[in-house]
Amino acid sequence: MTDNVLTISGIHKSFGGLKVIDDVSLDVRRGSRTALIGPNGAGKTTIFNLLTGVYPIDDGTVVLDGIDISHVPSQDRVIHGMSRSFQNIRLMPHLSTIENVMLGQHSRARSFGNLMFPLGLLSKNKWRDEAEAALENAGIGSYPGEVVANLPYGVQKRIEVVRAMVSQPKLLLLDEPAAGLNEIETRQLQELLENVSASGVTILVVEHDMHFVRNLCDHVVVLNFGQKIFEGTPDEVHQNPAVLEAYLGRDDSQPAKETTDAS
Amino acid sequence: MSGYLESQLVILCLSIIYAYGIFLPAASGQLNLGAAGFITLGAYASGWFNLSDGLGISMPLSIVLAMLFTGAVSFMIAFPILRTRGVYMVLATFAFAEVVSGLTINMEFLGAAAGMPVDDHAPVTILVIAAIAVILFCFYFMSTRLGLALRSIHDDESVSVLFGVNVRLAKVAAFTVGGMLMGLGGALYGHHYNYIEAQSFNVLLSIYILLYVLLGGTQTAWGPLVGAIFFTVVPELIRNLAIEIGSTWLADSRFIFFGGFIVLMMVIRPEGVITRTMQDRVASIFSGGRRKNSGEAE
Repeated sequence: MTDNVLTISGIHKSFGGLKVIDDVSLDVRRGSRTALIGPNGAGKTTIFNLLTGVYPIDDGTVVLDGIDISHVPSQDRVIHGMSRSFQNIRLMPHLSTIENVMLGQHSRARSFGNLMFPLGLLSKNKWRDEAEAALENAGIGSYPGEVVANLPYGVQKRIEVVRAMVSQPKLLLLDEPAAGLNEIETRQLQELLENVSASGVTILVVEHDMHFVRNLCDHVVVLNFGQKIFEGTPDEVHQNPAVLEAYLGRDDSQPAKETTDAS
Repeated sequence: MSGYLESQLVILCLSIIYAYGIFLPAASGQLNLGAAGFITLGAYASGWFNLSDGLGISMPLSIVLAMLFTGAVSFMIAFPILRTRGVYMVLATFAFAEVVSGLTINMEFLGAAAGMPVDDHAPVTILVIAAIAVILFCFYFMSTRLGLALRSIHDDESVSVLFGVNVRLAKVAAFTVGGMLMGLGGALYGHHYNYIEAQSFNVLLSIYILLYVLLGGTQTAWGPLVGAIFFTVVPELIRNLAIEIGSTWLADSRFIFFGGFIVLMMVIRPEGVITRTMQDRVASIFSGGRRKNSGEAE
């Protein structure tokens, strides 16, 4: 048996009569950097929302590191080792950088004593020091005196990753981390994610930027209309006719050519 | 201290305590328009515990028990009330206050509509000490991880959940502790004036307290303090100014200016007078940039 950190078996999700996720099964190997790609509306973000418990799944199971979390409440899933970033930045706009990162520690500090610990009064304490160190490792300043809403977009994106990482997840879910970033910011993000991966955390990333996916990921899963249509290496994806058809449509007049980035 | 100043100080202390009671749930985005209800509970509970015709216990113990009683009631109503949001929560808490008012006014053993005398007197020093204790406690409370969670809930509830915050628990805790503080304020009111009647805790009081908090700002623990001081002191200052320059017109119409000022504040600082950014900027001025700018990469 291979060592999978995440096993999704036959999950279904419908919104009203619309089947959004239709019998999707996939394994995410421990330590891998897996990409989940597909055209708009393929159900990628929905899969993330099902994994994190934002929506309940209709059918099927989600097993995280040997534990069935299919029906675990949303707020407890992070304890089992899964953390995520968001398609649109969802940092807390009225909190400082450090406070946003310290929110990421919440799942590790839910005892009464920890909840009553005065994080803000003591300028030196283990939680604050840890958050500062995590930011520093990611090459981000702690920006004292700034709420995150005023920081550059690329920095905010990376703070989201840092916030997710301080919960010490086994699996990091990233929803379009590179969207809206310029070239330099994308490179900084990729460096950060490579460090994350090197520290032993498995990455599952939804992304449109195929260049980014090819640089970062070692495994690709393609969704279309809520179904898995392909799984393989980034290089194989570009040759697969089903994938090309999903992105570009069928062209009967000539054979499908080797195309550029699917995005 | 002159009688006038002392009476103003008493009002200020009570306003601060009430304001923090409303602030704690407001920090997580919960609007509570039921302050008068909680204050009534605290005032009557402590008064009756202390009354020789009631339980006849000492004043300090009565106040503590009144806080616990108000806290217990807050805890119980928190579960149904916190299911509502926004303007519906405003209405639900308002309804709660009306229910409390209606009940006390019809209870014979609490003096009904005639009001109730309170035996032991709490001098102004006790009120000042209590207000300072409440301020310090709330600064501590908001600096804890629970306080951080409350502020996160205010910003984005669903993301807070994904990071493991037990949103229901955090909201109930804030609501309950806030209720206890208002119970304390009510108890002190009763013991200071030695007479309480349900009619004096009306919806106008609830509105004022919520306004202190919203105009002061819900993002930091400074907000309710600034709001309460502002609302208590400024109308009096305008009145004194009017007396000074001998203008009865200004004295009579001071609330027009005050009202206009409130509207202006809402336009200029919609997030409250004291915001998080402002607090941090002021703090970094005072620390003279000594706080480390670690690895400012950009």
